[in-house]
Amino acid sequence: MASIDVNGKQIEVDEEGYLSNLNDWEPAVAEVMAKAEDTELTDAHWDIINFLREYYEEYQIAPAVRVLTKAVGKRLGKDKGNSKYLYELFPYGPGKQACKYAGLPKPTGCV
Amino acid sequence: MSVKKFMYINRKPPYGTVYALEALEVVLIGAAFDQDVSLAFIGDGVYELTKGQNTDAIGQKNFSPTYTALGDYDVKKLYVEKESLEERGLTLDDLQHLVWEDEDDDWAEKDSIHLVSRAEMADVLDDQDIILSF
Repeated sequence: MASIDVNGKQIEVDEEGYLSNLNDWEPAVAEVMAKAEDTELTDAHWDIINFLREYYEEYQIAPAVRVLTKAVGKRLGKDKGNSKYLYELFPYGPGKQACKYAGLPKPTGCV
Repeated sequence: MSVKKFMYINRKPPYGTVYALEALEVVLIGAAFDQDVSLAFIGDGVYELTKGQNTDAIGQKNFSPTYTALGDYDVKKLYVEKESLEERGLTLDDLQHLVWEDEDDDWAEKDSIHLVSRAEMADVLDDQDIILSF
């Protein structure tokens, strides 16, 4: 089983880099994952990451990109609720990359 | 691609077998394909929608909150069989209140659950192109 080093602590991840155990998440996990992919996390990134964590808390699923886009538009403003904005923040795919940083499983329906 | 009417029939209680969770996941995945999706809850399947589920004692994830996300996925038609509820001593009040937001009506919340009789359910099923039973 693979793991990542977060401030000296070994945290278990699956073969695609998603956390094996949701409860292992802390903000530093997102920082370490982002650094490994040469991404610097800005407030704009954190808005989406925090949004995903809240969505998961409420619905127990990671939303599909289409659903994420619509929900972000509604909660954070129309200028952010489009795939161009989300892909600029998360070029590897807002569903996959942002969910990973947020410590969630891969979105249902994401292949 | 033409739009087909997809019906997913839910017949099992939420826990004890994997049918209920698998059906829900298939619905969420299938929702990406812009088809006309309906769900039916018949027999013990009505338990899937009950409020206040608590899975602590069986060590499984309580996935019932996920049904409330169906509206976000444009799944707006959940048909619940009236007789199945009654036979189990349940009423609509025992089920989660599931809604979808109508974009064309200033995001008004509308009920997703439709209570239908056994005879009406037969008509609903008769009207489908594709039926998947879980």
